[in-house]
Amino acid sequence: MIEFESVSKRFPDGTVAVDDISFVAPKGQITVLVGPSGCGKTTSLAMVNRLVDVTSGRILVDGQDNSESDRVELRRGIGYVIQHSGLFPHRTVLDNVTTVPRLLGWDKAATRKRAYELLELVGLSAEQAKRYPAQLSGGQQQRVGVARALASDPPVMLMDEPFSAVDPVVRASLQDEFLRLQEHVGKTILFVTHDIDEAIKLGDRVAVFAQGGHLAQIDSPGDLLAAPANEFVASFVGRDRGYRRLSFLPCDDVAVQPAPTVRLGDRAAGEWRLAVDEDNRPLGWVAPDDGAVTQERLHPVGSTFTAAGSLRSALDAVLVSPAGLAIRLGTDGRVDGVVDHASLAAHHQAASEAAGTSQETR
Amino acid sequence: MDWGWVVDNRDLIGSLLVEHIWLSAIPVVLGLALALVVGVLAHTYRWAYPPLLVAVGVLYTIPSLALFIVLPVLLGTQILNPLNIVIALTIYSGALLVRTVVDGLDTVPEAVRQAAVGLGYRRFPRIVTVELPIAIPVIIAGLRVVTVANISMVSVGALIGIGGLGELFTSGFQIRFVTEIVVGLALSLLLAVSADALLVLAQHRTTPWDRLGRTA
Repeated sequence: MIEFESVSKRFPDGTVAVDDISFVAPKGQITVLVGPSGCGKTTSLAMVNRLVDVTSGRILVDGQDNSESDRVELRRGIGYVIQHSGLFPHRTVLDNVTTVPRLLGWDKAATRKRAYELLELVGLSAEQAKRYPAQLSGGQQQRVGVARALASDPPVMLMDEPFSAVDPVVRASLQDEFLRLQEHVGKTILFVTHDIDEAIKLGDRVAVFAQGGHLAQIDSPGDLLAAPANEFVASFVGRDRGYRRLSFLPCDDVAVQPAPTVRLGDRAAGEWRLAVDEDNRPLGWVAPDDGAVTQERLHPVGSTFTAAGSLRSALDAVLVSPAGLAIRLGTDGRVDGVVDHASLAAHHQAASEAAGTSQETR
Repeated sequence: MDWGWVVDNRDLIGSLLVEHIWLSAIPVVLGLALALVVGVLAHTYRWAYPPLLVAVGVLYTIPSLALFIVLPVLLGTQILNPLNIVIALTIYSGALLVRTVVDGLDTVPEAVRQAAVGLGYRRFPRIVTVELPIAIPVIIAGLRVVTVANISMVSVGALIGIGGLGELFTSGFQIRFVTEIVVGLALSLLLAVSADALLVLAQHRTTPWDRLGRTA
């Protein structure tokens, strides 16, 4: 857990980078600091491992005031990942990963073994461990950066725009891998980004910083999208926030109807029907017609949703369906019902009200 | 060419060659040691760098012959003491290499330095194990220039009596004996080329990472 208690940072020239900020980054969760450039988010991060000293207030790392420990010892106990990976170009990937354990004087063999495990965890092969950073792609370098930060198994990790310098496709996959990794390692993570979409995707909690080093709001991504604290947050989280918020609303109790299923060879008269195989798995939609259902007549299923998914996935499934019906699959991949627009809309309204954050009036 | 003279004087030529190697190599080593200390300090305390550059610039403009003659007076050494040559060339080497060391340290990417600090390196280990190794390609480039320059400057020492292969030039000129001059010239050239090749090899060995492009 990381606690900021009335933390401020004033630089000698008088600029206030961080202005009286208090918040908690809970244990085992990802807390994202997001905001426009120059809003103090990176400075806030740097004050945790004391690359920058606080002017007033204090920061507790797992309950201990970080100004009381030796700053180098403190840093060795905190994972640190930065934007341009900062890998040491003259050391192999393996030697990069083992940096902190070597600084700590840990057993070499055990350290190497752990480094190989970590590299595998972030998706790099043992063969790549012997290469130099310049031989890896940007995305692979960032993965090594993450493995390096994890090498001494620190409880706390600081990540300063770790995925900002890679292209959007690689960034998306790095983000997905990062979330899977976090499920595995459960670190207390403070993550800085200027990208609100990244913040919403990765954060268990999102802290929105405003110009002048103010903390404008800290909330779960869903609450942030549903109820921005002020005009600044509302404009920063963006135009599509109503739509994006759907990602954080459940759809497990949406009312499903029985699917109008049909088998290949049968006739599909009257309405759109869903062709399924013997195991009740979806094959495709069939337009209303009197003819027999054949493989050639099938329209693609498109996207489907599951009870564990979000309202966004359900809505997407309804939007792509030629029949205007979203197909819900059970955990076994079999069709267990369909939902239409109207039920989803009603469900959305109920879910919003249940969340206690009904649509903001403007 | 009088090959007979070469054969008859092979011992003399050999000892002059060895002397030439020592006189040019020792100042490179000492100059590098000096430059590493001063360069790291100048890189750390940046305000000291501009005045330092002026100072080393002034040092380098002193004509070598003048320095060879002035040093015995300043140091109280004998005029024929090889130490004069060694000290003079150390000053030149150091003056050139300080700039190289600082330039080399400047090539360390900011992200790398920031990562090293953030991961928990203390200053001295960081400079020695992270920053200087990354500066090696630039430093070796500087060493190649300095080494070749030293090999040619040692010969100037011959004018005051200690100059390795340069002594073959002075004596060759005095007695108008071309073979001696040619032998001195050829060996100087050979020495410079070999020393340079050796340094290229050293760079190749110490910086395998520097030659790699992206393979993916």
